[in-house]
Formats: sequence, structure tokens, C-alpha cells
Amino acid sequence: MWHRDSDRFRLFTRRALMLGAGKGVLLTGLAARMYYLQVLESDRYQTLADENRISHRLLPPPRGLVTDRFGAPLAVNRQNYHIMIVREQTPDVRRTLEILDQIIELGPDTIERVERDAARRRSFVPVTVRDNLTWDEVARVGVNAPDLPGLIIDAGRSRDYPEGPHLAHTLGYVAAVSEKELTGDPLLELPGFTIGKNGIEKVYDLALRGTAGTSQVEVNALGRVIRELEREEGDSGNTVVMTLDLELQRYTNQRLSDQESAAAVVMDIHNGEVLALSSHPAYDPNAFTNGISHKLWNSLVNNPYAPLSNKAVNGTYAPGSTFKMCVALAGLEAGIISPNQKFFCNGHLDLGNARFHCWKRGGHGWMNMHDSIKHSCDVYYYEISQKIGIDRIAAMANKLGLGEDTGIDLPNERSGLIPTKDWKEIQLGKRWQGGETLIASIGQGYVLATPLQLCTMTARLASGKAVRPHLTRDNVTPEGVTSRQAEEFPELQVSRANLARIRDAMNGVTNELRGTGHGARIAIKGMEMAGKSGTSQVRRITMRERQTTGVLDNNDLPWKYRDHALFVAFAPVDNPRYACSVVVEHGGGGSSVAGPIVRDLLLKAQELQSARQGISAADQANSANLRRNPAHSDQDEG
Amino acid sequence: MAGSRFRIGEDPDYVPIGRRLLLLNWTLVLLIAALSGIGFAMLYSAANGSLQPWAERQMMRFAVGAALMIIIAVTDIRVWLKLAYFSYFVALILLVAVEIKGDIGMGAQRWINLGFFQLQPSELMKISLVLALARYFHGLTPEDVGRIPLLIPPILMVLAPSALVLRQPDLGTTLLLIAGGGVIFWLAGVRIWKFALVLGTALAAIPIGWQFLREYQKNRVLTFLNPENDPLGAGYHITQSKIALGSGGLFGKGFMLGSQSHLNFLPEKQTDFIFTMLGEEFGLVGGMALLGLYALVITYGYVIALRCQNQFGRLVAIGVTSTFFLYVFINIAMVMGLIPVVGVPLPLVSYGGTVMMTILVSFGLLMSVSIHRDIRISRQGNDDGRN
Repeated sequence: MWHRDSDRFRLFTRRALMLGAGKGVLLTGLAARMYYLQVLESDRYQTLADENRISHRLLPPPRGLVTDRFGAPLAVNRQNYHIMIVREQTPDVRRTLEILDQIIELGPDTIERVERDAARRRSFVPVTVRDNLTWDEVARVGVNAPDLPGLIIDAGRSRDYPEGPHLAHTLGYVAAVSEKELTGDPLLELPGFTIGKNGIEKVYDLALRGTAGTSQVEVNALGRVIRELEREEGDSGNTVVMTLDLELQRYTNQRLSDQESAAAVVMDIHNGEVLALSSHPAYDPNAFTNGISHKLWNSLVNNPYAPLSNKAVNGTYAPGSTFKMCVALAGLEAGIISPNQKFFCNGHLDLGNARFHCWKRGGHGWMNMHDSIKHSCDVYYYEISQKIGIDRIAAMANKLGLGEDTGIDLPNERSGLIPTKDWKEIQLGKRWQGGETLIASIGQGYVLATPLQLCTMTARLASGKAVRPHLTRDNVTPEGVTSRQAEEFPELQVSRANLARIRDAMNGVTNELRGTGHGARIAIKGMEMAGKSGTSQVRRITMRERQTTGVLDNNDLPWKYRDHALFVAFAPVDNPRYACSVVVEHGGGGSSVAGPIVRDLLLKAQELQSARQGISAADQANSANLRRNPAHSDQDEG
Repeated sequence: MAGSRFRIGEDPDYVPIGRRLLLLNWTLVLLIAALSGIGFAMLYSAANGSLQPWAERQMMRFAVGAALMIIIAVTDIRVWLKLAYFSYFVALILLVAVEIKGDIGMGAQRWINLGFFQLQPSELMKISLVLALARYFHGLTPEDVGRIPLLIPPILMVLAPSALVLRQPDLGTTLLLIAGGGVIFWLAGVRIWKFALVLGTALAAIPIGWQFLREYQKNRVLTFLNPENDPLGAGYHITQSKIALGSGGLFGKGFMLGSQSHLNFLPEKQTDFIFTMLGEEFGLVGGMALLGLYALVITYGYVIALRCQNQFGRLVAIGVTSTFFLYVFINIAMVMGLIPVVGVPLPLVSYGGTVMMTILVSFGLLMSVSIHRDIRISRQGNDDGRN
């Protein structure tokens, strides 16, 4: 028995030690695993733990401001208050909302939506109850805060355009980022983030956007923020100072507001600074900031006067007689005509089987270059353009800035069209016809230009330099803003004498008796303007119409068949400083409709300049009188 | 003959109660208290520096359990021998009872509410099975152990409760019962080839057994095999646990500073994953220290077993020590991603009353073995040498 038991004991001891050894091995295995995880792989897991725990949040930077040339705010960021509710901080979401409803109007739909959203989200996630609270509403909610547990008022920023529609086309607007605009920049994916969609806001979006700040927060497994670990504020966007003069801009808008549809540009002929750029009708860019309503959008899109389009840079029009300076200058420069060479206008010119009419029935008689511009004689241009040829005319037009982008810092600029023989062969596959040169010489046919191009052309004629328009005082790049070096535009490579002759002829238009623009002259000494009217046809006048009823008066035609009224001018005549162009769509006669607007804008520009220099304009009263009683326009060309 | 030293009354092996308290393994008590103390600290940290809701209740349970442990320890080992089969049958009947109740009620109900205490029959069975098997093999000679018919009753004794527990379903406890039972078979001297046979059969039965597993149990195994497969779903626990441990590094992030634990990335941090939290806050050093304490306790169990003069005591000692070891190993291996998540707590440290009780009661038995190591007990359960 004892012997047996000691056998059993020995067996037990052996087996127990084997078992113990096994356990030792297993425990060593655990220790080895622990060493592997906590020493060998520690760095990797440390990173993973931090990734778990630390959430990087972007802090959207305030968007840069846009001001006019004197610092008046054109685009700013407005504090935008919204009220949010946190489910876990209120005993009863519905009850809290009902109390809130009595303080600020919510409506049953909002209450229901918020209740639904709050129930769906995690209890600590704030749900927006209402956006865009007025300061008064914020104050009322604040006073009642003890009765409103779980409500928080949060201040965000939204873009605001204090001038409303006044600068809609130039500034553009901002709106939420669309799917295709995502670039991978996480800033763009922030809810509520807006980017420039049009105008300056779009062109200088990167400079205005600024750089995002970051906030490192510690979050728990549910995503609840425990604390902020680190915060790095971003840099707000650059302030963009525009060349626009807000006062002149406002005046321009006001001056166009009588018209159905029109555009105007005023610029400084020396440095290309655009002082006013207007397209009428406009829209309110503020409507886009928080998402435009479907109804408003549709009404803007379907409006026949195209309020969304910036006609000053996107609208192309046959320049009509405003093109005549180009043709005349081309002729003078090519030596094909001399200033005093005369051509006889008997009211029409026959070329082959076709008859080309002058706007003046019966004709102008003998015309030299000066008179041809002053009276806007068409036959003179029919005569000389045959000799000059379309390609020389086109080359001069290009030199004056037509047919190509001006390079203005606005999106969707159109380059208009200056036809050449090659252009027609390539684009239309047809040979250039001699008659087409005649049509082109009076700025009709294929010739198209934007109001901005016409203004640029006028500025170039006035300055003799290849001026280019721009809208910002400084050089704005995505990297930042650097002050613009006084730009030296190259000389036009046109004889100064010839330019002076053209300018003198333009002076004749407005300041000599029987000039077509005499009625729209500025009668103040030292402020006179020199210009040229244009009236461009949008329909074909048939032989039958001429023979039966005679050419129909604009007022007898539906709006969309009426002529476009154009006028370009610079002032003051003896020391040019400003150039201006106005196009009134289907407005009728250039000198009677567009001329007075140009006159007022150029006068205003000069008055503002004098006022700002502390020099009161010589006789402001006179100018006021003049504006009240504009002399009746002598005539209108066809 | 050990009995010769104590010739008091009718029982020659009687040891006076004061003497038994002196013989009590105070070192072991100290080790147990140290482990539990670490548990309190971790539960305090898990509650973000508060005794509520876990640490305080755990302390009270420990106090009750420790008292029970000492009472059991000073109770004569022969009492436990005599009660072995009885407690086994009580545990088995209770297991059947919860099974029936569970069928009537809904889902997996594993306990019986005794009003003041929720009794988990499966926990009682962990101890009772060791006692019953120890008693059975105590009565067998080495030759008997070689006879296959004599091995059938103990095999049934293991399989019956295992099957019941598996049905609950509680995979962790089932494994503990089978492994704990297997240890007793092993120590009793069952031939190695027989183990190999059973193991081979079991492996062959895996595909069949797979079909009996619940969906979540299957998922646990599948997730274990490839945790990165489903990082936000079932693999989340293991992945987060490894991140927590690994990010703890050599010295840890500091007491109550574990980001994984305190930001709730770590699931079940007060129960099954408490070792992870310790590893995150105290690093490799802390984890090794705890593992060292466990190793000391286990070694102590072996010393007690090897010093014991009776087979019952030896088997009980290694039996409970092995159960303890299995708890430790399965839990730590699980949180370190070495084995599937089976829901076994870390003994003495994890929050939970029943496991604390089971462990302390089994340590009570271990100490009883130690105190009464010199008593020789006959195969029939009487004092040795008297029949």
C-alpha cells in the first residue's frame, strides 16, 4: 500500500512538473508577446492610438475683403448667428423647441425637422435649429437662456455685399462648393464653406480664401470632443483693393437704370484702371451666399434682359460707327488716304449689283476724314475701305484692342470678332467678298466688340499707348498681394500726328456745330469730351422697306429689333484722362441715347476727381443746368 | 506517520483551529491581496478616478470572499473530500435547472437569483468538478487508472456539465471545465497515448462541433483568425486592445492616463480587457509585474501540491491552480490577440463577483490542502492505514 502510494506520488510529481513546465512555457509566451507588442511594435501602436484619439479639425479662415479704390467695403464677412440644440443637454427636445418657438418664430415644420435630426444623431452632436438670426433675435434668446437648456448660439461668417446689385457683375458671388470643384483640399469639404463662383470672387478666389487653421482635439470612441490639444489659427484671405470708384459706380448704375438693358465702362486711359463697370439689369449677389432659391434663379435665367450676364465683358455688339476711327486710322497709317483727301457722298455707293446706303438720304456731299467722323458719313468709309482692304483694317482694330481679350481680371471675357480674309476662309470656308469690307468699315457685318473693348480702344486712341484694363490696384496672386508697379504700356506704333487727327475729328463730333454728338457735349471749359456715336443695326433693312414705307423708325419696331445705341468718348479733350463706352441694347440712336450717358459719366468722373483734389469744379452749377436741359441732339446716323 | 503527532480525541489528525490559522499560507494570502489590490486600482482608474461604480463593490466582494476563503482553508480537508460528490451533484442539478429556466425564459440565463447573491452554477461546477474528479482518482490505484472502464465515469463527469454549459452558451467556461478536468486525468496518470487519442478525436470532431456553435461564437473564431478583416465590427475589440497595449510601451502612459481606455476605444475595460488597460497605463513593466505575481501564485500552488501527503489534496491543489492558470492564460492571450475572444475574466483583477468568489473559494481549498498536507487519507476516503 505505501509502496503503491509512493509510486503514485512519484508519478504525480513527474506529471505535475511536466504540467508546470508547460505552464511556464505558456507564460513565457505571454511575456514574449507582451514584449513584441509593447516594445518592438510600440511606435506603430502609439501612432495608431494617437490617430484614434486625436482628430484634426480645420478652422476655415475668414475670406479676404474687397474694397473700392478708396477703401469702401464692397465684399465683407458678416457675423451670421445660428442657433443649435444639443439633445443630451436638454431634458425634452420638443418642449425646449416649443418654448423657443414663442421667442423666435420656428414653425411646426422646423420643430419636427429638428426633433427628427436630433433623434438620429448622437446625443452630443449639435443640430442647427435656425440660421441667420438677427441681432435682436439673438438677444431675445440670450435673455431667455435659463428656460432653454441645450440651446447654443453659434456665430459663423457669411459673405455680404453691402452694395447689393451695384457691383454684382464685377464682384460675382460666393456659394457652396459643388462636387466638381473639389480639388482634394479638405477645406473645400467643410460644410458651409463657400468659394467664389463669378466675378472677382472667382478670379481671385485663392487669394481671398486664405489658409485654413487647424485644431487638434482629443475625441473619444464616439467622436465626442474631450478637449482641445492644440490650435493653430489660419491666415485670413488677402484684402483685394479694386480700381473701382464706388461713387462713380453707383452713379453709373443709376444712369443706366432707365434703360432696359445696357452696359457701361469708365477707365483711366493712362494706367488702365477701370473706375466703373456696369451691366444693367443686375441681381443681388447676397442671394447666392446662403443658396439661391429655385424660383429666384429661374426668374434670373429666364429674364430676357439677361441680368446674370456681365454685358460689359461678355456682351458682343456690332460697334457700328464707333469703328470708323479704326478704319480712318488704318487708312492714314497706310498712306492710302490723306487727311484732306475728299470723297463725294451722294447717299449711296454701288458695288457690283449691290447698293450700299449712307444713313443720310441724299448724302453728305464732299467729305474729308475729319468731316467723315464728325458727320459719320458711311459712303466715305465705303470708298476708303475698298482701297485699304479688310486685312489692314483688322490689323489696326487689333492694335486698338479689338478682336482679342483685353485681359481684364473677370471670368468669361469674350474677345468679339474682327474678320479677315483668312478668318472667313478658315471659319466659313468661303472667300471674302468686296462688299463685306464695306459693311465691316461701318462696324457692321461680322465685326463684334464688347463695351470694354470699345472703351479700351478709346483709351488707346486717347493715350497712344496699348493700355490694358484691369480691376485691382495691386497684383493679386494666389500667393498674396504685391503692390502693382506703375505700368508702362507700350506705344501703339501709330503716328502721333495721325492719332491727333483722329482725336480732333472726335472732338468735332461733340464740340463742333452739326457734329453728330454735339447734343451730348460737355459744355464746361476744360472738361470737354471727344467721342463718337454708333448705331448698329440688328436687322436687315430690305430694298422693299426702303422703297415702300421707308426705313422704319425704331419706335415702330419691337424691342429686340431696335438698333443698339453706342457711344465712346474720352475727356478732357486737351489732356485726356478718362475713357468711357456705353452700349444700350436696342436703345435706338447712339448719340441721342448712349451719348448723354457717356457725357454724364465722364463729367461725373472729372467732378469727382476735382472734388477729391479739393479743387471745386469751376462751375458746378453750369453742369447741373446742362444736365437738366440737354440740347436736343442734332441728328442720328444710321 | 503524521497522525502520531496529534493524538487528541478520536481523530489522530486533528489540528486545533489556532494552529491551523498559524499554518495558513499567509504569503499566499498576501499575494492574493496584492493581485486584488491591483484590481481595485485598475477599477478606480477605469471609472476615471472614482470608487464608483466598480472599485468599492469589488473591495466588498473581496472582503466577503477572503473571509470565506479562510473559513474554507481551516476546514478539515476530509470534509471537502466527503462533500466532493455531493457538491458536484448539486452543481449539476443547478446547471440543469438554469438550462430549463433558460429554455422557459429568454436568451442565455446563466445564474440563479438567491436574493442576496446571484449564483452561477457553472462557477460552482468549476470547483465541484475538480473536487469530484480528485476524489474519484484518489480512490484509484495506478493500475486502476490504466483500466479504461474505470475512466468512463470521470469522463462522463466532465462531459455532462461541459455539454450543459456549452448549451448556455458559454464557450469560455466549457473550455475551462474540459481543460481543468483534463489536468486531473493527467495528474492521475492516465497514459499519454490516451490523451493523444482523445485530442485527435476532438480535432476530427471540430467540423461537426462548428455547426453547433452560435453565430457570435463562429464570428469570434473567424475574427480571431483575421481581425483586420472587420476592423469596425467584430475585430474592433482585439484591434483596439492591441493598440492600447502597444501604445503603452515600456513604462506606460501613467495611472489614469490611458487614452485608449479612458476615451472608450477599449471595450469592456473593467472586465475582460482590464489587463489591456493595465498594460496601457503601466506598460511592459506593469504587465510583467502582474504576470510575475500570477506566476508566483501558481508556483505556490505547485509547492503545496508537491508537499501534500494525500492524493486528493495533491489533485485538488494542482486542479485549482491549473484552473487559475487557465483563467490567467486565456484572458491575457485573448487581449493580446493570441487566441479568440472567449469571455474569460482576469482572475482577482477583473470586475465581477462570481468569478472573485470562485477564485477565492478555490484558493481556500488550496490552503486547506496546505494546512492539512500531512493527513493521510485512505482510498475509501477514511484516514489512511485504518482499513
